[in-house]
Amino acid sequence: MADAPPLLPAAVGGDRRALARLLTLIENGDQATRELLPKIFAATRGAHLVGITGPPGAGKSTLVTALAREYRRRGRRVGIVAVDPSSPYTGGAIMGDRIRMMEHAADRDVFMRSMASRGELGGIAATTWLVAAALDAARYDPVLVETVGAGQAELEIARLAETTVVVEVPEMGDEIQAIKAGLLEVADVVAVNKADRPGAERSARQLRAMLAGAGGRFAAPPPILLTTATTGEGIAALADAIDADRKRARSPEQARIRARNQLLGAVAEGSRRRAEAHPQWDSSVGQIAEHQIDPITAAERLLEA
Amino acid sequence: MTADAGQERASPIRVLIAKPGLDGHDRGAKVLARGLRDEGFEVIYTGLRQTPEMIADAAEQEDVDVVGLSILSGAHMTLLPRIVEQIRGRGMEDVLIAAGGIIPDADIAPLKDAGIAEIFGPGTRIGDIARYFREHARARS
Repeated sequence: MADAPPLLPAAVGGDRRALARLLTLIENGDQATRELLPKIFAATRGAHLVGITGPPGAGKSTLVTALAREYRRRGRRVGIVAVDPSSPYTGGAIMGDRIRMMEHAADRDVFMRSMASRGELGGIAATTWLVAAALDAARYDPVLVETVGAGQAELEIARLAETTVVVEVPEMGDEIQAIKAGLLEVADVVAVNKADRPGAERSARQLRAMLAGAGGRFAAPPPILLTTATTGEGIAALADAIDADRKRARSPEQARIRARNQLLGAVAEGSRRRAEAHPQWDSSVGQIAEHQIDPITAAERLLEA
Repeated sequence: MTADAGQERASPIRVLIAKPGLDGHDRGAKVLARGLRDEGFEVIYTGLRQTPEMIADAAEQEDVDVVGLSILSGAHMTLLPRIVEQIRGRGMEDVLIAAGGIIPDADIAPLKDAGIAEIFGPGTRIGDIARYFREHARARS
């Protein structure tokens, strides 16, 4: 699209319409954004990228809204990306996160964008990190990325976010759930939300006990906080914990881990595009369907230079 | 049916479904959102009781192709033109704005004059709405 290049300076300069258009181009993988990528990357200002994940119904959207309110109180401009699942059959999606976030709709210092996952299974879309980078360039900090309702394996957000907040609710499961590999393992901060419900203290205590000395990713277990997003209870403490995590997340070691994950993602995406553009893509699909070739050998052939 | 991972490659049409004003019934809006999802649209639902300004701000940030307004309260002659005004006032000249709900025939012509592209009354088939959106939504890259 010919009108793409001027969008970036306009978006950086505070034009919300231009920013919204830019995000659409990024999301659609428009060719013009390929040339913009280095510029977007260069225009980023080091916003704190915070992932918010947890099971469906845990209160992620309400918590993000409450966090945005708290950050606004602290004078920060807040970018929000809320991801909901796309149908694997029709490609359609219903994105309902705005229902809980409309209080910020008219606030010029909050920019909220809904994204469909568009076939990705990791809880965020392939272009989510780039959308977050564009919000960073447009001077939103922090950028809060809310994932689809996650089960035990949608961990993609932890690869990209600097700080990952895992939202749990009281009485979600027994102690075994807390020591399984997966969602809790990637938490930098745990919020036990809906803390006005019975059993919240006990759930937090159990989580604390199970995560203490668990080893794995960090020497220190993540802080576990009680929040009630609907009333705002515990939200200031949650914002403090997120801010406090920033220093750990900015260590050269952590930056390298994220850079490696970004590179791996880009390599996978690039390979996929190359393979799909190969003249033998369709015949390879046919051969695999007819059991004439295995998918791994077919993929190697498509990716040979 | 096997999930078709290739389906998501085309850019889906983005639709904002909003409920302006004070009526509290959104079954119709939800049925439509669900139906459009099944037709391959990306639907953003704002929930109940939105002001024209909130709807226009949401449409702007979401960069939607279509805004669908569901209104049952009888306040359509006041609210719908104001929403059009707010959306156009934000520079979104090419966004398709349609409405549905309980709207008397006599009000249809003035609403169209005010910039509502089409009005879908009770009993409209979702497939027909989907087709209308596909045919009239702005062309995207």
